[in-house]
Amino acid sequence: MTDLATHLPVLQVVVPLLLAPLVVLLQPRGLAWAAATTGSVLALAIAINMALAVLGGADLRYELGGWAAPYGIALRVDSFSALLLLIVTGASSAALLAARRSIDDAIQSHRQPMFYAAWLLALAGLAGILVSADAFNIFVFMEISSLASYILVAGGPDRRALPAVFKYLIMGTIGATFYLIGVGLVYMMTGTLNLADMELRIHEVADQRPILVAAGFITVGLALKAALFPLHVWLPNAYTFAPHAVTVFLAACATKVSLYVLMRFDFVVFQQNLAGHEAQFAAFLMPLAVLAILVGSAVALFENNLKRLLAYSSVAQIGYILLGASMVSVAGLSAGVLHMFNHALAKGALFLAVMGLATRFAGLDLRGLAGAARTMPWTMAALVLAGLSLIGVPGTAGFISKWYLVTAALDEGALGIFLIAVVVAGSLMAVVYVWRIVEAAWFATPAEPAEASGAGASGEAPFAILAVTWAVALANIVFGLFTGAQRELAERTAGALLGNLP
Amino acid sequence: MELLGLFHYWVFAVLLMIGFYAVVAKVNLVKKLIGLSLFQAAVFLLYITMGKVSGGTAPIFQAGMTDALFSNPLPQVLILTAIVVGISTTALGLGIVVRIKEEYGTIEEHEIQEIDRQ
Repeated sequence: MTDLATHLPVLQVVVPLLLAPLVVLLQPRGLAWAAATTGSVLALAIAINMALAVLGGADLRYELGGWAAPYGIALRVDSFSALLLLIVTGASSAALLAARRSIDDAIQSHRQPMFYAAWLLALAGLAGILVSADAFNIFVFMEISSLASYILVAGGPDRRALPAVFKYLIMGTIGATFYLIGVGLVYMMTGTLNLADMELRIHEVADQRPILVAAGFITVGLALKAALFPLHVWLPNAYTFAPHAVTVFLAACATKVSLYVLMRFDFVVFQQNLAGHEAQFAAFLMPLAVLAILVGSAVALFENNLKRLLAYSSVAQIGYILLGASMVSVAGLSAGVLHMFNHALAKGALFLAVMGLATRFAGLDLRGLAGAARTMPWTMAALVLAGLSLIGVPGTAGFISKWYLVTAALDEGALGIFLIAVVVAGSLMAVVYVWRIVEAAWFATPAEPAEASGAGASGEAPFAILAVTWAVALANIVFGLFTGAQRELAERTAGALLGNLP
Repeated sequence: MELLGLFHYWVFAVLLMIGFYAVVAKVNLVKKLIGLSLFQAAVFLLYITMGKVSGGTAPIFQAGMTDALFSNPLPQVLILTAIVVGISTTALGLGIVVRIKEEYGTIEEHEIQEIDRQ
């Protein structure tokens, strides 16, 4: 067992990657679902195992094929990657466990093995980005996960998914290519692709201008992939028209993984090598983060489609995460990283509840949700619980990270007061848009009362969806009350990222 | 003269911008994908030029070779991977365009938006 434990970083990627082609061969679709779910849960078990090891003080490194870094390709799992691996594998497992009925509705049965294979590839790609310590490997895994997620998003029955995914493909590829240009420029100046080695070698570079250009390309490219305002235009449609299970998976983790790479690069590689980098980073990203919070929340106020509303809320949440990061302080950064975890919990539960709702209310239009609370009280209750976490009500996970964010902002002086005002305004708008859902489901009277007695119009969501929704919704409460492990990981991450700040 | 000496970087920058322009300005989805391919090809050239050592030859060891000067093979290997990624992206993009044509009967962006608005 100890022997196996040293291989966990690579198994995290290899298990879903090798299962993907096997799943294609499993023709009875139940079997394909079972295999994909098993693979995903196995990946979650590996992630939990590594997170515990990291919490115990280990710093997991792995050299592929036994070639020593920087010449060989290295994998590394520290507190930041461990936390995000938990989010990615957790979101994938929760979505798959719940998704069987929903995917049966959305995708023809002979296509399902391929769909599950694409799912596993997306999981392998996202996990690969997180364990990799090599800039070019990150690019390759980024493209594996992106290509697979384009397929996932386009897999649904709604034809509007196709133009949405085309836009996603164009913008995603431009983002990844920008990242590739940046990596190329750094390689040109330093001759290395290993992140840790890069950090040391940039010191020796006499001419800093190419590095500065590289930092620009990498930051903008990854901001595009992370759907940072105003580069978020691909996100709302892609989330809205994707199959519901895919939305659960991608909304909880895909953009956060890009943010992870962004923070890694900016704080670890560039931070101490470019003069005034932290000031530039803050000056560039803080206004965008503030705008993301305000504009994303404001648009969500007026959206009538439930999935679009939640997608715009995601744009705002990305703003909170970056707001924390752009304070460039240990408190701010740990608040941002913590918000990644807590937002994944809240948004995951919300989209799971939406998946349940979608089994009865096809359009997911707010006006069409009238009476939902009467026919499916449990689903709606879970949705509201997750909504409270999204708002940041005390006792839920969302409160913890917003509290830390506000505390961190207090250290910023006069600017901090403004930032707190932004966070509060964003949260108040969240109250309003969550209330709009509540109002539609509880208080609006159905337009045609006769409709409720129609076939399939009444009754709760299927048990599997309901059970997973509640499990994730309750996790919002549990992690709101017991904050030890994830806060420890977030604070250690912030410490490590900022460890070499002057 | 210094400008001409950097001509391979100019090729990279000009190709990149032509591709980017096509992606942004064209409304035909296939033309957008052509632009995207150009955009990626520009980056391939950037990588390949940076590996060139002047006077260097292909990095293949042969018996009896003593002090041969080699070009750096690593960027070429990297870009081989990136080319594969680029081809898959283009193929998937074209696949999506075919599906769009089946569903909407057009591949002009503004006409698709028109149909969706109805």
